[in-house]
Amino acid sequence: MSKDLIIPFEHQQSAHCETGVISNLMRFHGLRVSEPMAFGIGSGLFYSHMPFIKMNGIPVTSYRILPGHIFKRFSRSVGVEMRRMRFRDPASAMDALDRVLDQGLPVGMLTSVFYLPYLPKAFRFHFNGHNIVVFGREGDEYLVSDPVMDATTRIHRNALVRARFAKGMPNTSGRMYYPVRVPTDADLRTAAARGLRRTARDMVNTPLPMFGAKGIPYLAGKLRNYERRLGERDARLALGNLIRMQEEIGTGGAGFRFMFAAFLQEAATLLDRPSLREHAQAMTRIGDQWREFAFEAGRMCKGRAEAGSTYDTLADRLVELGRLETALFRELARSGKA
Amino acid sequence: MKKEEVPQDDANLLEGKFKVVKYAVNENGEYEKVPSVGWEPENVALGQAWEVVNERVEEARQQVLCGAASPLAYHMEKNMMDAALLAKHMGIPARKVKRHLEPEGFNALDRSTLEQYAEALLVSVAELKQVPQ
Repeated sequence: MSKDLIIPFEHQQSAHCETGVISNLMRFHGLRVSEPMAFGIGSGLFYSHMPFIKMNGIPVTSYRILPGHIFKRFSRSVGVEMRRMRFRDPASAMDALDRVLDQGLPVGMLTSVFYLPYLPKAFRFHFNGHNIVVFGREGDEYLVSDPVMDATTRIHRNALVRARFAKGMPNTSGRMYYPVRVPTDADLRTAAARGLRRTARDMVNTPLPMFGAKGIPYLAGKLRNYERRLGERDARLALGNLIRMQEEIGTGGAGFRFMFAAFLQEAATLLDRPSLREHAQAMTRIGDQWREFAFEAGRMCKGRAEAGSTYDTLADRLVELGRLETALFRELARSGKA
Repeated sequence: MKKEEVPQDDANLLEGKFKVVKYAVNENGEYEKVPSVGWEPENVALGQAWEVVNERVEEARQQVLCGAASPLAYHMEKNMMDAALLAKHMGIPARKVKRHLEPEGFNALDRSTLEQYAEALLVSVAELKQVPQ
């Protein structure tokens, strides 16, 4: 049995798991990056509606880039060297974790929320993309910094093994990662400018109708036919799912738009580009409209729609959101060139 | 979203364990993290998703009670799995799992396979063989 061990790891609660882990791990290694800054540098914001990819039989809508990619983009841009590992069997995965902890290093890892007993039951679906940091062990328990929680927690070794070896989309495969070199004098200005430019480009230049800002009116077109195509009940389920994707813990009900606005605000100061503050305000207004969309959709799910509220009025909201986002990101793409 | 607009619609989904944080604009126009206990549309959507899960579990339970399915079907639904996902956990083909979802297939299982199923579905072997009445 391994010895007890607690690494002095400062936990800060975050809105979202991946960006929270980045921010917390970087702080440990001497680089201060806020969560929105990590999100912006990692170009996390995106939009896609993919009717051909289904999770539990429902088309996937996403308000961000693929899980894990924010961290990858962030690391590459800032010059952080990461060690990433995956495993075939739990024994070697836990041995590897213990060895890195023994070096005094906190370890990030991919888990399934279904198998994390410390989370509230209502959130425990088979979602295999949850990031946490393990920073010590005591007896049969590991010390956990779960970014969405207000304080650190503990998990039994057996439970952690389950969460690290969940099957599905994707298999978590014991994936773990930790920084081996963090440049504490990293050039965050360049990284932030680059991240901003890439987000703007992703949003306006991605080909194919289902990706980027034009994916929003694309979904609107589908939404208009929901009731006819799926029937009343399934249409409501699809709508409910849309809300869940939009609210995926930490998005503030606006699919990460508020976090991105917070990034723009911080970037305005960092890059000394005051115009970005205005863009942050525009982004906030867009986020508020996403919230209104979810609010109206929620009432429809419940069968308590206001008079005159239909799938068509919801679709109209999306068309408007698509127009606003396209305009904003075009402007950001242009202003980045100067 | 302004700080005072951060929703506090508590449906006890967080079980009082903690609050989540959301980014919202404070009185100086700056973004900050603000705690929230929940938001109505999300509560509705989550509740709806659980309704579907619970319906499926209950349906499976009835099937088991009337002898149309093995108890494995109930425990599989209870874990929110389908045959394909359970098969991945078991390391066997999905068609085999489907056979075990039928009473005859299930009754023919040996002890070690039962133990494997029990382990994958977070119950004991004794629990695996029954459903709540």
